[in-house]
Amino acid sequence: MIAKDNFFKVKHLYNRAGFGISYTDLEKLSKKNLEKTVDRLIETSQKDDPIALVNDYESKRQLLAQAGLYSKKDLTDEEKKMRQQIVREQNEVSRDLNIAFVNKMINTDAPLREKMTLFWHGHFACRNNNPFFAQQLNNIQRANALGSFKTLLVEVSKAPAMLQYLNNQQNRKGKPNENFARELMELFTLGRGNYTEQDIKESARSFTGWMYDKDGSFIFRKNLHDDGTKTFFGKIGNFEGEHIIDIILEKPQTAQFIAQKVYKFFVNDTPNDAHIKELATTFYNSKYNIAAMMKKMFTSDWFYASENVGTKIKSPAEFLVGLSREFYVTYNKPQVLIQLQSSLGQYLFNPPNVAGWPGGQSWIDSSSLMLRMRIPSLVLNDGEIDFSGKADPEDEAVIALSRTATSNANANNKPKSYVNANADWPKFLNTLPKGLTPLALTEFLLQPKLNTKITSMVSDNKGLRSTAVEITSMPEYQLC
Amino acid sequence: MNRRNFLRNTGFVAAGSLFVPAFMKPLEAMALDELSLYKNLVVVQLSGGNDGLNTVIPYGNDIYYQKRKSIAIKPEEIIKLNDMQGLNPNMAALQEIHDQGWMTIINDVGYPNPDRSHFRSMDIWQTGSDSNQFLSTGWIGRYLDSNCQTCKFPYTAIEVDDSLSLAMKGQTKKGIALKDPAALFRNTNDPFFKAMLQNDKEHLDEDNLGYLYKTMIETSSSASYIQNTSKIYQSKSTYPNSGFANQLKTVSKFISSGLKTRVYYVSLSGFDTHVNQIGQQGNLLKQYSEGMAAFLKDLKSNNKLDDTLVITFSEFGRRVEQNASNGTDHGTANNMFVFGGKLKKQGIFNAAPNLSDLDTGDLKYQLDFRQVYGTILDKWLDVNNADILNKKFNTLDFI
Repeated sequence: MIAKDNFFKVKHLYNRAGFGISYTDLEKLSKKNLEKTVDRLIETSQKDDPIALVNDYESKRQLLAQAGLYSKKDLTDEEKKMRQQIVREQNEVSRDLNIAFVNKMINTDAPLREKMTLFWHGHFACRNNNPFFAQQLNNIQRANALGSFKTLLVEVSKAPAMLQYLNNQQNRKGKPNENFARELMELFTLGRGNYTEQDIKESARSFTGWMYDKDGSFIFRKNLHDDGTKTFFGKIGNFEGEHIIDIILEKPQTAQFIAQKVYKFFVNDTPNDAHIKELATTFYNSKYNIAAMMKKMFTSDWFYASENVGTKIKSPAEFLVGLSREFYVTYNKPQVLIQLQSSLGQYLFNPPNVAGWPGGQSWIDSSSLMLRMRIPSLVLNDGEIDFSGKADPEDEAVIALSRTATSNANANNKPKSYVNANADWPKFLNTLPKGLTPLALTEFLLQPKLNTKITSMVSDNKGLRSTAVEITSMPEYQLC
Repeated sequence: MNRRNFLRNTGFVAAGSLFVPAFMKPLEAMALDELSLYKNLVVVQLSGGNDGLNTVIPYGNDIYYQKRKSIAIKPEEIIKLNDMQGLNPNMAALQEIHDQGWMTIINDVGYPNPDRSHFRSMDIWQTGSDSNQFLSTGWIGRYLDSNCQTCKFPYTAIEVDDSLSLAMKGQTKKGIALKDPAALFRNTNDPFFKAMLQNDKEHLDEDNLGYLYKTMIETSSSASYIQNTSKIYQSKSTYPNSGFANQLKTVSKFISSGLKTRVYYVSLSGFDTHVNQIGQQGNLLKQYSEGMAAFLKDLKSNNKLDDTLVITFSEFGRRVEQNASNGTDHGTANNMFVFGGKLKKQGIFNAAPNLSDLDTGDLKYQLDFRQVYGTILDKWLDVNNADILNKKFNTLDFI
């Protein structure tokens, strides 16, 4: 009974803190003390394994070439071609980077670190056409995923991807651009309503001169920095960016704001003030140690309370990664992963805006739910899917270029594509104990408690493989 | 989605009939007598940032020709609407629409502190937010949330597409996206899908699981309603052969068969014309105009034009001065088209863009796009625009 109770707790822990767990591992860990399991989860996620897809040297060469081309007024045909070529290459590498991140989540042996990276990916939401910058930001989020929030915040603030996205590159002495300063407080640390417009103005002045140079490294340009006196939250000084970040972190509201977001991501869409307060206090008292807050959460009884188990709607990334990880899926045409993300409303590296994906019930509408319920049979049974949905606005220029007069009439009739994926069924079935019943498999694959309808739908005379496809196609599988 | 069954090789067979919870019942039993009074809004999105200045051309202003040496349209080719502005020659199909008084052009629509990113500006247009505000609901979605009389049904707002745009998503209610009513009907009648819904009263009060089941039930119910209402209708009109015209044909079928839908949403993309704009934009404008003309005439022949209002927008216009690649770069304010059988102001609604008073090379907006939305919400959809747009916007006199 105790082992069974632990079985469900460990399963819940690995679904929320990671992307699921194999039956073999689950059985093993169910026999251990839960707190030790949490320690092990954090321990195994200590290793930081960055994405090293984008070639540093090649990217710098492209950046320099682009800078050269942008400064020229009239380009020759040759130069125009070169510029287009660079953009094409960057778009292609950006797609590869997206797939690399998804594959990392699918295959990682540091699940908590990847899950936290996904969390920070949404928290510090950023779009950047340059894949080298995008990879760098993703790696900053991964490297600091469980470390010091202060280090994470400073590094994100200095990352060229963010400097460009939030226009700090244009933030100069005498001509401040407030975009970064505003989002720093509204979305990254304090939350709306916890600062004044004056605080934004003064902090924007403090971040003047935070830029990146033409080969893509952070640089503090003293000559563009406003070194005058600033008044920020009642403090007066010749503040620079780091000082502003320090003052923001002195405020317990920052710990409160992050704790609330973590709670909503890992525990429940509906905030529980008392539980969030516990997390915020731990976070603040540990000087913003992220792992300490996570451990507090995963070892709290309320984390395993029934209202917090099997009640959260999986994000598209959690859904796709979880399914692929569980069944050892290989995508022969990885491009399909991008189409699926885009159709389901979470195209990684392309958040809707700097506020990130709203999450919760906003993931679900009639079309996204119908697609979600079909994906398991498409991925696990290799079906065909019709992707003729609308284009991403950023792809409009490419569409405009690639369309010819004759193809225009059929512009909305893109070809159907096969998912072309393979689940490793023998490997999956091998992880299951001998004689496991379809009902027991159902209990393993679904997070919500089984009800009579499901138990009656799952009959014992069906094979495990059929049962698995059926179960993952249920609305209950959308929850974790 | 092109599979006959949800699951392959699973041998799953459903038994019995679909359980319909009590709260969904009135849907099938709705009165048919108000149908003729039903007013529709059709929103057409041109994605990529359509160059408004080469769409409605200010041919009477020399600055236009000075700033667009290689991409300006010659005066003799332009379909002149007044002494100042005229339509791109590829929009010839709209001349008749204009002459019938079914069309209004609103110049210089925009918003304060414009954003030149496609994504962000589209977000702003779809949510109806300020440029420094992030909303996670769309303006039509919030209209659905506002408890208008029929808003409880997802088919109150239909997007003819595979996925649902943010504009159509509210906090508690969302529109429905479908490209082909028959395909959706088949999918929701799949044995597995029906079996999932069977006897599932118990989940409806649970928070997220209840929401999933409610969405499934509504999808199934809407799919049946849409398919059963529209399947018998046969359009007598011919439409040009384009994806865009097909979307409009579907909308016309829905409107003409008396579907109780208030808002339709369609889009046409490819307008991001940085390079060699003339041919590319020309093709798109031709598709747009020919599709739109066929659509409006179809509605007219079905006596639905007076009950239909069509608006067209793009996330931004383009810079006044062309670039070095015979194209144009991202700009700000842009024109909007309004179509309908009962327009109060026909032709050109307001003054042509002032090309000599620019904001760092970009047009200054005369009207906030939320004034256009606000006018439609107040005067066409009969709700108070402040409830949807979070503050009151003055209405305009085009309807």
